[in-house]
Amino acid sequence: MNVRLYVWQRATAAVMAPLVMLHIAVIFYATRHDMSAADILGRTRGSIAWAAFYGLFVLAVSIHASIGVRNVLSEWTPLNERRVDACAVFFGLVLVVLGLRAVAAVVLP
Amino acid sequence: MTTELAVSLWRGAEQGRYETYRVPQRSSQTVLDVVTFVQRHIDPTLSYRFACRVGVCGSCAMTVNGKPRWTCRTHVAKVAGNGKLEIGPLENLPVIKDLTTDMQPFFEKWQQAKGVFAPTQTRHDAIAQIKPDTPARKAADAAIECINCGVCYAACDTVRWNGDYLGPAALTRAWTLVNDERDGGNIARLQAIAGAGGCHACHSHQSCHELCPQALNPTAAIAGLKRRTAAAYLKGEIKI
Amino acid sequence: MIKRALKHRDSALWIAAMVHRVSGLALAIFLPLHFLTLGLAIEGEARLERFLRWSDQPLVKAGEIALVFLFTVHLLGGLRILVIENFEWRDGQKQLATLAAALSALVAFAFLVRVF
Repeated sequence: MNVRLYVWQRATAAVMAPLVMLHIAVIFYATRHDMSAADILGRTRGSIAWAAFYGLFVLAVSIHASIGVRNVLSEWTPLNERRVDACAVFFGLVLVVLGLRAVAAVVLP
Repeated sequence: MTTELAVSLWRGAEQGRYETYRVPQRSSQTVLDVVTFVQRHIDPTLSYRFACRVGVCGSCAMTVNGKPRWTCRTHVAKVAGNGKLEIGPLENLPVIKDLTTDMQPFFEKWQQAKGVFAPTQTRHDAIAQIKPDTPARKAADAAIECINCGVCYAACDTVRWNGDYLGPAALTRAWTLVNDERDGGNIARLQAIAGAGGCHACHSHQSCHELCPQALNPTAAIAGLKRRTAAAYLKGEIKI
Repeated sequence: MIKRALKHRDSALWIAAMVHRVSGLALAIFLPLHFLTLGLAIEGEARLERFLRWSDQPLVKAGEIALVFLFTVHLLGGLRILVIENFEWRDGQKQLATLAAALSALVAFAFLVRVF
């Protein structure tokens, strides 16, 4: 991992630390109240706060996870650097697209 | 205390096998004593490397019961409680023969990490006055006792997984120079350690710290380099 | 090649780094599935509701407990790395790594108590 990837990976990690804690709290809250789809969507739909929170989370995790996966592929598979980079970029794009789609699915009214 | 040790030694180059020898056990015996006994009394063709025998030169490191160690200062009683020793060449380096590895990649990485002092003054200038208690000098002093034995390099799985990784020793050397106020080569040095094999590849396994015979802490040195290099990158002083 | 299991790999810190990597990988594999299931809401509330009821079965719940553990242990392990890399060196890393694992187990256990 070069210094550019390092800075991006650690910066997104620092951004996500509080987001992860809040997300764990949300998981606990949702399971305690045994929430239905209607309960969940009733709280998230039309909410700018939830859209911003999970939108930021998706962008950060896409960068963070694709760099992490890149490091694992580079160290643990015989793939050359070009293929490793291609896999990581593809994985990052999949996460961004699916992630933002999921956020849209729960926040758009 | 058993009176005889069962000693398995690696014989051959990259291809080879362990062969077992019986060596009399003595008090205060070191692992290097055991290897020397085999070479002098059982098989004179055994190849191994040593020089000072007192923990200064750093040439006798081998893999002892699965861990890299300086053999001249490792007591048999401490590592072979059951009377068994398995001694092989250092990991992560090409094996030349038996217990001898080719240290060239290890030292080439010291060069790549710009582990050479870059002077800012000449012999005609006055001798630099260095205060021993500044934080930078303390950081440099902490890592300056390295004896180049290669134990950290052999212990590091990042080295194993990433052939370009400069390794704990070369980076620790770079850290001493980064903190040396007389040195003028820092931008080039930080540039040299900012790539794919540089300081940011370190996973902080800390095997180097755990096994360093001089009780140095390369992980802490590398963490310092990560900060310095990232700061230099963000300020635009180095490029990727 | 000389192949032997290196003994220093039983060190708590080596294991901590491996747990960090494996948990990260597992979360990376889980994420696209997580996003796809949430995306079901595009097809309407009923579709998401059906999935949520399906996920009530014990095996899925057990998977969720494992994910909560992996998520927490990756968070705490990551915080430990950020502290090592960005602050003055502090000793006691083995204790911190053990504490991170113990706390994660505790959070996962609390989750277990809630869902069953």
